Amino acid sequence: MWTFLARRLLQSIIVLIGVTLISFISLQMGGDPTFLFVSENASVEEIARAREALGFDRPLHVQYLSYVWNALQGDFGNSLSYRQPAMDVVLQAMPATIELTFFSLLLAIGLSIPLGIYAALKRGKPADGGIMTFAMLGQSIPNFWMGIMMILFFGLYLRWFPISGNVPFLEPLFEGDFSTAFSNLPRSLYYMIMPAIAVGTYTLARNARLIRSSMLEVLQQDYVRTARSKGISERRVVIHHAMRNAWLPVVTMIGLEFGFLLGGVVVVETVFSYPGIGRLVFNAINQRDIPVVQASVILLAVIFILLNLIVDLIYARLDPRVKL
Amino acid sequence: MAATSPAPSSADTQAVSGMATSYRRKELRRAFQSMLTSRWALVGMLILLVVTFVAIFGPWLAPFDPNRQNIMMRLLEPGEAGAGSLTYWLGSDQLGRDVLSRLLYGARVSLLVGVAAIAVGGTLGTIAGLVSGYFGGWIDDVLMRLGDIQLAFPFILLAIMFLVVLGPGLVNIILVLGIGQWITYARIVRAQTLSLREKEYVEAARAMGDSTFSILFRTILPNIIAPLTVIASFNVAGVILSEAALSFLGLGVPPDVPTWGSMLSESRDHLLSNKWWMAVFPGLAILLTVMSFNFLGDGLRDALDPQQRSVIESRGTK
Repeated sequence: MWTFLARRLLQSIIVLIGVTLISFISLQMGGDPTFLFVSENASVEEIARAREALGFDRPLHVQYLSYVWNALQGDFGNSLSYRQPAMDVVLQAMPATIELTFFSLLLAIGLSIPLGIYAALKRGKPADGGIMTFAMLGQSIPNFWMGIMMILFFGLYLRWFPISGNVPFLEPLFEGDFSTAFSNLPRSLYYMIMPAIAVGTYTLARNARLIRSSMLEVLQQDYVRTARSKGISERRVVIHHAMRNAWLPVVTMIGLEFGFLLGGVVVVETVFSYPGIGRLVFNAINQRDIPVVQASVILLAVIFILLNLIVDLIYARLDPRVKL
Repeated sequence: MAATSPAPSSADTQAVSGMATSYRRKELRRAFQSMLTSRWALVGMLILLVVTFVAIFGPWLAPFDPNRQNIMMRLLEPGEAGAGSLTYWLGSDQLGRDVLSRLLYGARVSLLVGVAAIAVGGTLGTIAGLVSGYFGGWIDDVLMRLGDIQLAFPFILLAIMFLVVLGPGLVNIILVLGIGQWITYARIVRAQTLSLREKEYVEAARAMGDSTFSILFRTILPNIIAPLTVIASFNVAGVILSEAALSFLGLGVPPDVPTWGSMLSESRDHLLSNKWWMAVFPGLAILLTVMSFNFLGDGLRDALDPQQRSVIESRGTK
C-alpha cells in the first residue's frame, strides 16, 4: 500500500512540475511577459520598472525557478482588476465552483448508472434505443447552449428556476457556520439545478453508454451464466454479480470526468452569471487579467491531479487485481 | 544468441506485402459497405454532406453580407422582411446582421478548425506514437510522460491559458486545439505499433533492409489507419465543441469572422428580451454538426470491428 501510494505521489509531483512548466511556457509565448502584467496604457518607465520588479529581466531558468517557488506559496502576482493577490480572488470564488462541480458529478453519475444498466438489460428494445438516442444527443449538445436553452424555456418562459446567481452552501460551511450552511442547502440546490444539468449532461450521456457496454460485457461472462444457472434471481445476479465488475471502468472515469466537468463549469458559469471561478476566468480573459487566469487554471489543475490520485486509491481498493 | 531464420527473398517480401495490401483493401471495402447499412451512420454522412456544401458554397448561398450592419434592421424576428424584397429568414442580430448569412459563414470556421486541428494533432500524435512504439526506451518514456502531464490539465483550461497569451486567431486556435489532441493518437498508435513491430511482414521488411522511415510509414502506418479514422471522427466532434466554447468565451477567431460560438455569446445579452432566434439557430447548427461526426464515428467503429459487424450484418440494418 505504502509503495503504491509513494509511487503515485511521486508521479503526481512530476505531473505538477510539468503543470508549472507548461503554464510558465504559456506566459513566455507571446513575447515579453511584462506586458501581460501591466495595464495597457502603462508608460515605458512603468513597464521597465514592472519588468525589474517581476524579475522578467533575469535568465529564463532563474525566472522559472522563481515562478515555481512563488507558485508553491500561491503567489501569482496581483490581480490587475481587483488590486489584490490573484490567488485570494480565486480562492473566494472557489467554493461556488466546487459546489457546482460536485453537484453536476453527483447528478451525472447518479443518473447514468440506472440508465446504463436499464439500457443493457433491455438491449435492442425501444427503452435501450431511447436511452442511447438521448445519450447521443447529450454527447453532441454544447453545454453552454443547453444552459441558454434552459434559461429561455425553464427560466424565462415557464419561470420554474432562477436564471442566475447562487446561494452559498460551502462558504458558510468552511467558515464553521453550519446552521446557515444547512438552511441554505435547499435554495442552493434550487439555484444550481439548471447549471448542474447543463454541465453534467455530457458526462451523464458518456457514462450511460460506458456503463451499458460494460454491463453487456459482464452479463456475457461465465460467472454470470453460472449464477443464473444456479437459479439466483435476476435482480440478485445484476446487483451482486454483474454490477460489482461493471463499476470498475466507471470509477476510473470519475476522476477524468471531474476534470472535464471543471472545464465545462468555466463556460457554463458564464451563461448563468454563477459567481465561481468560471465567471472569474471569463471576466479575467476580457480584462486580460493574466495573474487571475494563471492562478485559476493552476488551482483547478492541482485539484484535478489530487482527485485523480484519490480515485486511483479507491480503484485499487475496489479491484483486488491492482496490487497495492 | 537466438538462431535467426533465413532472410526472406525479395519476391517473398513483395508477395507478403501485396497480400497484406489486398487484404486491407478488401477489409476497407467490406467496412464501408457495412457502414452503408447503418441507418445512423448514413444520417451522419448526409448531415455532414449538407454542412460541407454550406461551408464551401456559403458565400453564394448567403442572402446578405454576414458582417453588413444595418441599425434600422436590428433584432428582426425570423421571416420578417427587411429593406427591399429580401427576407431575414432566421432574423437579424443586435447590429442588424442577417443570422442566416452568419450561420452559413460560421460553418466554414467550425469545419475548418475541426478538420485542421485533427490534421495537426493526428500527424503529431501518429509520428510520436510510431516512434515511441517502435523504438521504446527513453524516447518512449519521455513522450508518454509528456502526454501524462498534458492530460493532467482539463483540456479547455490549457487552451484558455495559451489563447489568453497568444490572443485569438484562426491559426492560434487550430494549433492549440490540435496540439491538445496529439496524445490521444500517440497512445493508440504506440499500442498498435508495439504489437505490429513483431509481425512477420514487418520483420521481412526489416530483413530486406528497408529504412526505418519506410518501415514506420509504409509498412506499419497503413495497418493502423482504421482505428485512427474512428478516433478522428469522434475527435472532430469534440474539437468543434471546444472551438465553439472558446469562441463563446471570446478566445476564438477575431470578431469580424462569424462563428457559431461567438453568435451564441452575443445572444446572451438579448435573452431577457426573448430574442430567442439569436441563440437557437447557432446552437442547433453546432448540435447537428457534432452529432453527424459522432454518428459517423459510431458507424465507422462498428464497421471496422468484426464482432460488431457480424451483429449488424445479421440484423440487416442497425
